[in-house]
Amino acid sequence: MSNRMQNILIPIIAVLLGIIVGTILMIVTGYDAVAGFIALWNGAFGDVYFLGETIRQIIPYILAGLAVAFAFKTGLFNIGVEGQLIVGWLAAVWVGVAFELPKIIHLPLAVLAAALAGAFWAFIPGFLKAQYRVHEVIVTIMLNYTALHITNYIIRTKLSEGSDSSDPIAETASLRSPLLESLTDYSRMHWGIVIAIIAVIIMWFILEKTTRGFELKAVGLNQHASNYAGMNVKKNIILSMVISGVFAGLAGAMEGLGTFGYAAVKSGFTGVGFDGIAVALLGANSPIGIVLAAILFGSLKVGALNMPLEAGVPNELVDIIIALIVFFVASSYMIRLLIRKINKKGVK
Amino acid sequence: MGFMEILMIIVPTTLLWAAPLIFTALGGTFSERSGVINIGLEGLMVIGAFTAIVFNLSFADTLGAWTPWVSLLVAMLAGVIFSAIHAVASITFRADQTVSGVAINLLAVGVTLFLVKFIYGKGQTDIIQESFSKIDIPLLSDIPFIGPIFFSNTYYTSFVAIIFAVVAWYVIYKTKFGLRLRSVGEHPMAADTMGINVTKMRYYGVLLSGALGGIGGGVYAQAISSDFGHATISGQGFMALAAMIFGKWHPLGAMGAAIFFGFAQSLSIIGSSLPLLENIPNVYLLVAPYVLTIIALTGFIGRADAPKASGIPYVKGNR
Repeated sequence: MSNRMQNILIPIIAVLLGIIVGTILMIVTGYDAVAGFIALWNGAFGDVYFLGETIRQIIPYILAGLAVAFAFKTGLFNIGVEGQLIVGWLAAVWVGVAFELPKIIHLPLAVLAAALAGAFWAFIPGFLKAQYRVHEVIVTIMLNYTALHITNYIIRTKLSEGSDSSDPIAETASLRSPLLESLTDYSRMHWGIVIAIIAVIIMWFILEKTTRGFELKAVGLNQHASNYAGMNVKKNIILSMVISGVFAGLAGAMEGLGTFGYAAVKSGFTGVGFDGIAVALLGANSPIGIVLAAILFGSLKVGALNMPLEAGVPNELVDIIIALIVFFVASSYMIRLLIRKINKKGVK
Repeated sequence: MGFMEILMIIVPTTLLWAAPLIFTALGGTFSERSGVINIGLEGLMVIGAFTAIVFNLSFADTLGAWTPWVSLLVAMLAGVIFSAIHAVASITFRADQTVSGVAINLLAVGVTLFLVKFIYGKGQTDIIQESFSKIDIPLLSDIPFIGPIFFSNTYYTSFVAIIFAVVAWYVIYKTKFGLRLRSVGEHPMAADTMGINVTKMRYYGVLLSGALGGIGGGVYAQAISSDFGHATISGQGFMALAAMIFGKWHPLGAMGAAIFFGFAQSLSIIGSSLPLLENIPNVYLLVAPYVLTIIALTGFIGRADAPKASGIPYVKGNR
């Protein structure tokens, strides 16, 4: 079997394995698996309201997936998407609350603020990696918690007077769309889907059509060869993290300006950043793959909320399935071995 | 409030918060010393906390005062079993160790919350009745000055953690097993050439991290949170990871860092009731462990270097 075929088969097999294990778990624990999956489907696509909510969930997933994938193309593992997202969320809301401007300026400004905040938060690990050869995984993990505590502090002291949530953003900074909401039976679907699709195209364009993109990928494949070919490895590492942070910050803007319209103190992470790792991994870091993976995970996440209501199955089942998919994709060596064995039997 | 009284509050709270971090950070040390990055410490703590609480709730009537200790052993076993997933993926199937660790974290939260709802029909367990409680350590607490500060109103688990750290130091630096463990983490091919089974040693490393991470979670759940829900373990595992790095992959260093982070955590909680500290926003104390770890990595306070082969799967015959 060709490599290309295998690369397409592996994510599909991983998803199937994840669903199979999830089904077994439901059967073992005595839940009705069929009812569970029907509830999941209805919760994601059952009517226009759920469809709208699913699309709303897909928006930040696409952007978080792009963020992880972009850094990955340069050989960097950005676990800090979560932190960059939180910082972006805060920045967007801050601009959304603090200014009174016409929409044509205010909204882009708020989105830009989120992108810059995410970029800055990702610049730190990029710079430390380039300059001091510090592993970006550890720095980004540490920065996730730093972001969580600092944004909580700012929300309590600067964006409100000791309360747990900021004021709602001005209408002029909002991504919310009465049109899309009315089309989808008043779900929280918003214009962010347009931004997400543009971001997908931009990522594809940078990586496939520009010299810079070629350099970024080259650094990811072999730093020494790139260096020898006259590329500035340090600069490319920092740039890759910064662009990754822009995508992550935008994902935060989607939550701050679209879904919620405010920023609130968080006791834990949103999870979107970590799910972004799953999205990028399953999508094999390609723009189209990321969109497909984001659609899958977004539908699973939103559909899951219907499972306890309609079938009495805890919605955490979907978290288990997502974790298993990540696990199986990561262990693709196992799946490759399996494919090879099956192929050999076929030859005999 | 006198200086003595302040110490009598701060020291036991610091040790209380440090204990889970020490256990888990030691686990991380074993894993990384064998050459396997373990981002999944957080998930292992979640599993440990969940198992300890469920076992504690189920057997408190029969086991009485021994419940928390037996629960801790069960949590340890659960940690070992769960870490085996990470071991199989990252050692046998050569998965990206960071990705596998992320999967462990996601899986642990999903599985435990699913099971909590399955067993109790709600999102959070009841509060345990038999938890680790405050004690005065016999004899030692009678020592003047030191006794009241270090050995009164404290928890046995904190001292078990410190003893474990010393044992871990002995095992890693003074035994044949430790030498082998370190050698497969630094240069697996050389170790392989010398007849050391790299795969086996790495499995030991990861399973030990599971055992210690499970204990860490069990201690946290039974001494600090007393129940299990979605927010019980939120960042403890990553803080333990930070402690391991801040301690430069050395068991005693990790212990020292864990105590220091425990100090920062306890100040962020009780600081508002202490003079001098009441005016400092606790955000500084909350982020201190993470920021300090980043600074430690950049080398401004002595460079911290990971074991050389950490994160690289070993494939026989590859150079």
